Amino acid sequence: MLGAATASYRGRICVRGISAIPAFIISRILQAIPVLLIVGFIAFALFAFVGDPVNIMLGTSYTEADRVRMTHELGLDQPFLVQYIKFIWAVLHGEFGVSYRLARPVSSLIAERLPATAELSLAAALFAMLVGIPAGVYTGIYRNAFTSRVFMVLSLVGVSLPTFLIGILLILVFSVLLGWLPSYGRGTTVAIGGWTTGLLTVSGLKALVLPAITLGLFQMTLIMRLVRAEMLEVLRSDYIKFARARGLTNRAIYFGHALKNTLVPVITVAGLQLGGIVAFSIVTETVFQWPGMGLLLVQSIQVGDIPVMSTYLLLVAVLFVIINLIVDMLYFAVDPRLRVGRAR
Amino acid sequence: MRALDSDLVYNFRRSPIAIISTLIVVICVGAAALAPLIAPYNPFDLASLNLMDSMIPPAFLPDGTAAHLLGTDNQGRDLVSAMMYGGRISLIIGLSAVVFATIVGILVGLTAGYAGGAVDAVLMRIADVQLTFPAILIALLVSGVVGVALPPSLHEKLEVYVLIFAIGISRWPQFARTVRSSTMVERGRDYVLAARVIGLSGPRIVLTHILPNAWGPVVVIATINIGGSILDEATLSFLGVGLPATQPSLGTLIRIGNDYLYSGEWWITIFPGVALAALVLSINLLGDWLRDAVNPRLR
Repeated sequence: MLGAATASYRGRICVRGISAIPAFIISRILQAIPVLLIVGFIAFALFAFVGDPVNIMLGTSYTEADRVRMTHELGLDQPFLVQYIKFIWAVLHGEFGVSYRLARPVSSLIAERLPATAELSLAAALFAMLVGIPAGVYTGIYRNAFTSRVFMVLSLVGVSLPTFLIGILLILVFSVLLGWLPSYGRGTTVAIGGWTTGLLTVSGLKALVLPAITLGLFQMTLIMRLVRAEMLEVLRSDYIKFARARGLTNRAIYFGHALKNTLVPVITVAGLQLGGIVAFSIVTETVFQWPGMGLLLVQSIQVGDIPVMSTYLLLVAVLFVIINLIVDMLYFAVDPRLRVGRAR
Repeated sequence: MRALDSDLVYNFRRSPIAIISTLIVVICVGAAALAPLIAPYNPFDLASLNLMDSMIPPAFLPDGTAAHLLGTDNQGRDLVSAMMYGGRISLIIGLSAVVFATIVGILVGLTAGYAGGAVDAVLMRIADVQLTFPAILIALLVSGVVGVALPPSLHEKLEVYVLIFAIGISRWPQFARTVRSSTMVERGRDYVLAARVIGLSGPRIVLTHILPNAWGPVVVIATINIGGSILDEATLSFLGVGLPATQPSLGTLIRIGNDYLYSGEWWITIFPGVALAALVLSINLLGDWLRDAVNPRLR
């Protein structure tokens, strides 16, 4: 039912918006470039000016000769502009410097940890959407039912509880008291190429449950409240009254007419919240000692490991720019009014 | 304005949620503000701490004592007192961060909205760039970077200000955008023209004439941001980049207690956690109620 509705939408996009979409995408990509340049500059400035990497890497006992040699090895004795160009050049080649703390290339550190964060974030996002949207529709339609009120109160609690506290409570209940699920780590992982996945083993899947719920709960409640609010708004509108007057079934009205129109803001928020999920994966990974990029970042911040911090900043910026781009395009695809406005 | 006030009061008296949350907020703020006067112990007084007193369970458990109603933590600090002082730090940082964000946001918004043109474009572009990133990530990175930039000897002393700065700087764009849009509306009004005609300077017009008329939405946004700021502080402290264990906020207490969750000393984490959740939940509920009361159509 829902599938059919979106399919017919896609059909129309191709007909009407065919010339508008490329121009729109290009303008968005052009807008993204300054963002990346600014963030790139900040990342470099961190690299070049904050802290003293030589001190951090040498530890407590060193000679002046060690110091000079290290400064030279890190390229810190060169002029600012040379360092900046070298930095950009290296970044474009996927080289992000060497971690002060672990004395290993940041690129390989990140590559090792990326799968863990990606799987966790994806699981959390799926949880948020698959529970949040139906719950929102339900509470929107049966707004005064007892179960709706329970959902709303729970959602408010979910929004108000900090992520780390939710994680701690889940650990306390499901790991410490009940002993059902593991409280830290990824369980057994399987390596496929360079990607380690926890999705193929039972212990890996079990380990994913609590972190994914912890991370996705806030977004779930947010999506639910948003869908509910939009449903309430839409159900009051004239075209819904008209649809009722035409004698359409409730199902057709709720899912064919109402839900479809609530999806525009939901897509925006869900897309932007993907950024939130990535940000809060830092917290969740710390609570569950999940070996991902977030945990790496926190450990790096605690000791002032600038290369890891600036790399993380760069990667996240690229990721968010891509997310925003996709959200804009989806927005465009779902809302015909936007298309008409831009096409003119 | 009077009518609106009495409407609010009427609504308030009929809403049990609003009354209960106000009560909780008042209790939390009161306990935090009066901590030095009413807390049973001083958790910062190292001389009074005794490791023999550490890990005492709450009074209602078999090994608990009435001397420590909610038990003690790993260093023998009385949890009731530590939570009162911790809540004090959490509230101070959360509120100061919102004030800081409001001031920065108002200044940027007024400048961008009144000046227009290139100034506006640059300032709003910066705000846009920052809005692409979640606030907590910015706060985390800023506090991390400032932490590296500061000499270690100053860390403990300045950590509170670092947190206020980091959280505040992560939240200003929202304020700036709102203020900018109302400034742009007000800029074209006759009274601004009149002020300009009598020769008032730009800053004077903006601060004394436009700002009072752009004030309304700012207050609402500030209220909404208080809960979030308190949570940000708790999160940063939980991650270990916030306040040190010698100066614990609620978040720090939760982090300390988290290490003892598995060995059965759950109270060190759970009580500060419940206090934090109750405080933020009440603030959010009050905010929700206020928004509904001011704008009945959304109800």
